[in-house]
Amino acid sequence: MHPTLHAVLVFLQTWWVELVSGVVIVAVVPLVAGYLVLMERKLMADMQARLGPMRVGPHGLLQPIADAVKLLIKEDIIPDHADKMIFWLAPVTSMTAALTALGGIAFGPSFLVARDINVGLLFVVGVSSMGLLGIMLGGWASNSHYSIIGALRSTAQLVSYETAGGLALISGLLLAGTLKIRAIVDAQEQYGVWFVFLAPVAFFIYLVASIAETNRAPFDLPEAESELVAGYMTEYSGFRWALYFLGEYTNMIVVGAVAATLFLGGWLRPFPNVRWMNWLDAVPALFTAAVGAYSVYRAGKQPVRVQVWFMWGVALACFVVVLILAAPLVVAPLKFMVPGLNGVFWFLLKITAYIYLFMWLRFTLPRYRFDQLMHLGWYILIPLAIVNVLAVGVAVILETAYGWNRWLAMLLATVITLAVALFLLRLNDKRAAPASSATPPEEPSAEDFYAG
Amino acid sequence: MMPIGYYLFLSMALFLIGAIGVITRRNVIVVLMSIELILNAANINLVAFSRIFGDVAGQVFALFIIADAAAEAAVGLGIIIAFFRNRETVLEDEMGLLKW
Amino acid sequence: MLDKVIFFFFAGVAILSAALMVTRRNAMHSAVFLITTLLATAGIFLQLRAEFIFIAQVILYVGGIMVLFIFVIMLVSLDVALHQVQFSRQKWVALFVTLALAAEVGVMLWSSRQVPGQGFLVPNAMPAGKLPANTEALAGRLFDAYLLPFEIASVLLLVAMVGAVVMAKKRT
Repeated sequence: MHPTLHAVLVFLQTWWVELVSGVVIVAVVPLVAGYLVLMERKLMADMQARLGPMRVGPHGLLQPIADAVKLLIKEDIIPDHADKMIFWLAPVTSMTAALTALGGIAFGPSFLVARDINVGLLFVVGVSSMGLLGIMLGGWASNSHYSIIGALRSTAQLVSYETAGGLALISGLLLAGTLKIRAIVDAQEQYGVWFVFLAPVAFFIYLVASIAETNRAPFDLPEAESELVAGYMTEYSGFRWALYFLGEYTNMIVVGAVAATLFLGGWLRPFPNVRWMNWLDAVPALFTAAVGAYSVYRAGKQPVRVQVWFMWGVALACFVVVLILAAPLVVAPLKFMVPGLNGVFWFLLKITAYIYLFMWLRFTLPRYRFDQLMHLGWYILIPLAIVNVLAVGVAVILETAYGWNRWLAMLLATVITLAVALFLLRLNDKRAAPASSATPPEEPSAEDFYAG
Repeated sequence: MMPIGYYLFLSMALFLIGAIGVITRRNVIVVLMSIELILNAANINLVAFSRIFGDVAGQVFALFIIADAAAEAAVGLGIIIAFFRNRETVLEDEMGLLKW
Repeated sequence: MLDKVIFFFFAGVAILSAALMVTRRNAMHSAVFLITTLLATAGIFLQLRAEFIFIAQVILYVGGIMVLFIFVIMLVSLDVALHQVQFSRQKWVALFVTLALAAEVGVMLWSSRQVPGQGFLVPNAMPAGKLPANTEALAGRLFDAYLLPFEIASVLLLVAMVGAVVMAKKRT
């Protein structure tokens, strides 16, 4: 056989799992991100006592597909003196960074895209931070004042909160002791408890930092509609805008996956080692069966034939998933597959809960002004994250070298960090109050991009 | 891994392209970017040799070079911004006069 | 075989992007091509099984230094500068000197390939499967034998931060 052909076949044979997973991620995740948009609109409607999109499918379930078709057939407008190469490149960079970061995440003990990289978590965080370049280049390439200012503000915000988020992740990594994703979740299984209960302050700092990193409310000044038009996305229309938007929601999934892996136990069920909670292993199958049964129930009540078929389709998919999930529970020789399959369910559930929290905060809290945002990031979150790293480090040493009880040591670390947090907040209040009454506000200069 | 000569050739090529950039371009920002390219060439060299000899000290040194490049880029860009505020230019031959 | 393909791909992208970077008229285009060069260099690091340096390069260089560069290019971008001569008057001398240096190094590399024991060191490096975990090995050396340079690097970064803030502040 021709040597090149032979080499290509050997390559495909060794790496086909990774290639197929990569294709699945690129194909499926934008669709999932589209449905996250629908979930957000429905939740927003629910919290505002209305119904949200109801027309397009049964209860609006086909809305994302209609949106995608609309955006694809829109006219592609490029502003007059825009830099064509960078205008094209920027949304592509944003989406590519988010999708590549998803490649490093493990959805279950044997469901990873890339073979377990040595620097797994750092890879995900680092590659997803490249989305920043997409924002900056997009803002500059649009050749419009609103875009440039929006891009600069967004970049400044992302850089500040990335530092705080990274430091919060380090506190969690001190407990895990490794950067490999599988080893982190195995460490949580060994400890018998999710890291969120051992280092809650780190989880909270990461939550706030990740909300700011994905440009979500209450930190969405750079792209809110009533502010700088739409910030760096102003001049983008049609599918380019869709790429940015989907990139933002994919970033939310990535950030949720990192939090779920490091703090929320990854693919472990709640109480992973407790034997009398083993009945929780049946929850994924029961939950999916309930969703399927509800679809069957609602299928008969749909007004339009397409919607009836759609609900039957959803019911069929749920039924198939129930078969896959329940088979290892019932058929004894397949029992080893239980952690793997259920793990995917628990992981997706945790990411969904985290994203639900994002959306809930969006509809509840008012927006931060930009200088308040930077003040929160630099004056409060970063010092707190640094103190947290020190405190958790001390706690880990106390536990390993001096034989303290783990819970006691981590409780001490949490108390120290909360005390420092109170001190910082008191300090910032004292600094804000006399300053605003004494000096008149300065004139914002032309080059001061942070001015109101 | 490839024979070491390939990595040396790559490192030399990047170094020379960076050197051409430093010497010939007039825009000081491009000059700074070419300096970063030179530092990267040195990094490739270090990491390649660290792999050949199995000693991770080469990678430790490469890490220090990356940190150092960050510091230097920050200060250099600060200088460029300060100069730009004064003289409104980023071309290197217009930055020659010490007095107004 | 896969190793060779990966190396040639990343090396080709690196050299091509670097050449494009030093010849673009628009500083923002140069920055974008430097980003691709840095990513290709990160790929070379990954091919050399130096995973931590790979991700450190991506986070620090691409996600940090290049963001800084693009910020500054946005702030000082002048349309006037775009239309002026991009290369200084000594470009031919520089090109000649650089090519002479390239020829020297090339001759040295080429002539040493046949010398036994001194040629292109053919891989007697440890095979990739037996390498120790890169991050742990790096951390072991960094905080053990190279602790003092590590602390000095921290002080250097602090000094650079303070210096950059002082330099870029407006005199009020």
